[in-house]
Amino acid sequence: MTSDIAAILAIDGIATGAVYALVAIGTVLIFTVTRVIFIPFGDIAAFTALTLAALDAKRFPGTGALVVILACLATLIEIITLLRNGERRLLPRALFFYLALPLAVVGLAWLTMRAEPPLAIRLVLALMLITPIAPLLDRIVFRPIADGTVLLLLTVSVALHFALVGLGLLFFGPEGVRTEPLTSLSTEFAGVLISGQTMLIVIAALVFSGLLYLFFDFTLVGKSLRATAVNRTGSRLMGIRPARAGTIAYLLGSLMAGVSGILIAPVNTIFYDSGFLLGLKAFVGAIVGGMTSYPGAAIGAVGVGILESFASFESSALKDVIVFSLLIPILIWRSLASLHSEEEIEE
Amino acid sequence: MSEMFSMTDVTVCYDNVEAVRNVSLSVEEGQIVTVIGPNGAGKTTLLMAAIGLLASRGRLVFQGNDIGRMSVEDRVERRLCLVPEKRELFSDMSVADNLLLGSYSLRDRSGVQKTLDEVYDRFPRLKERQRQAAGTLSGGERQMLALGRALMAKPKLLMLDEPSLGLAPLIVREIFRTIASLRDLGVSILLVEQNARAALETADYGYVLETGEIVQSGPAKDLIHDPRLITAYLGGH
Repeated sequence: MTSDIAAILAIDGIATGAVYALVAIGTVLIFTVTRVIFIPFGDIAAFTALTLAALDAKRFPGTGALVVILACLATLIEIITLLRNGERRLLPRALFFYLALPLAVVGLAWLTMRAEPPLAIRLVLALMLITPIAPLLDRIVFRPIADGTVLLLLTVSVALHFALVGLGLLFFGPEGVRTEPLTSLSTEFAGVLISGQTMLIVIAALVFSGLLYLFFDFTLVGKSLRATAVNRTGSRLMGIRPARAGTIAYLLGSLMAGVSGILIAPVNTIFYDSGFLLGLKAFVGAIVGGMTSYPGAAIGAVGVGILESFASFESSALKDVIVFSLLIPILIWRSLASLHSEEEIEE
Repeated sequence: MSEMFSMTDVTVCYDNVEAVRNVSLSVEEGQIVTVIGPNGAGKTTLLMAAIGLLASRGRLVFQGNDIGRMSVEDRVERRLCLVPEKRELFSDMSVADNLLLGSYSLRDRSGVQKTLDEVYDRFPRLKERQRQAAGTLSGGERQMLALGRALMAKPKLLMLDEPSLGLAPLIVREIFRTIASLRDLGVSILLVEQNARAALETADYGYVLETGEIVQSGPAKDLIHDPRLITAYLGGH
């Protein structure tokens, strides 16, 4: 391998890694706040790409119908729960957040679609349509078992992923999509050509990580999310509702997954089931970073991207095997390095 | 004086074991009430039930409202606050952030800075360490932070679980001085303590809890001279 090829592979790897990093950060965010390892995260990213492709083709995406169905289900469950607890006064609020708001988003997207909007608006529409999915799934699936063990939550999360893949086939069909590049610019750096898309991916990853940092360090809501992650009982005693913190975490997380889906769609062909590998590789990155550290997850994810890039050069058939084999020594090292991590999570 | 908080016939079960049985007690507005008793008597369980972290049978009334079915967060929003035995600080976060999160339940944010200044005036040590992570504080400082964080919520009733636990005698005295001074702010206090003497010296009224039941109650100044209590809890004279 010459140094030129190594440089190209490294840049390619950093770009892929940056996409994984966005998903990995979202995974860590949701895990620390809710203890759920949200496997369907990659699916959310893939659905965003499929949604954008449908919008590009001037079709109204299946995401709209998916959101409407999930909103109706979540509203029904919320109403039953509130009635059972004798909390009738909270009904209008539940109807607004679980029914009116998601339906308004879908309605707005549908109306805007008629006007054949430019790409920038289509990007916003795709993100708007995708963000309600994870919070609604949280309400339907995870809230009733919120006090379960991490293992139970993980098992349900895996099942949810398979359900979502099925729904993806139903709503988006079996065809793969590749969206148009967001930019056609390119630049040369140290003799290596870097495409505008690659730069955009890295910049987007940096900007979103930066925004997340500002949110966590400088806003009361961000701090309340960190508090929930650090000490659940303590945060409840401050009046911070874990369920609300969870919803915010899912909203933010799906936004990050959505952005990564938009970034990856012009580079890779995305199918209804492409999310799994994306989510799994981001998960490996998050594990390398210890599952609780945002910078750790980002660095781990970029590492996975670079490793994958070099592995695919050596043997493209074995690249996934090489990436996932990395998990074994890291898990061994992690389990030796911190013998108490299990108890901390359970707490 | 009007009644701030009352428990009537409260029973708390762990699985099938009754940890607290038919306990009734009340706290008047502006009063410091203490519950003393040996280790394992159910003192912590009682406070956990009062804040809603444990389910209980019986009646819980706070400022005239039945709060028995309310969530922990709803109780906190009504300004019923607990400083638990384990403090439950946000150890990775700074002292200032811990205090700020104490005010999370307040809808009206205009007075938060003023309350923060008051807490810093009360505990100058916290001001010195405001940028330090809560996990790096000493035991006494952590207790001050736990108290300060609870005060940030402007509580009407503050419930304290063993505030002197594991602290040096000098700091214990300081903590109890602070508790006594909170009365002047109009905060009612329900204090659970193993350090019976210090608790009774500070409180207006006391209850004695043994194996989950109230066995004795009365004005604190009477209890402190009760011969039975002196031999059992106050270490004789």
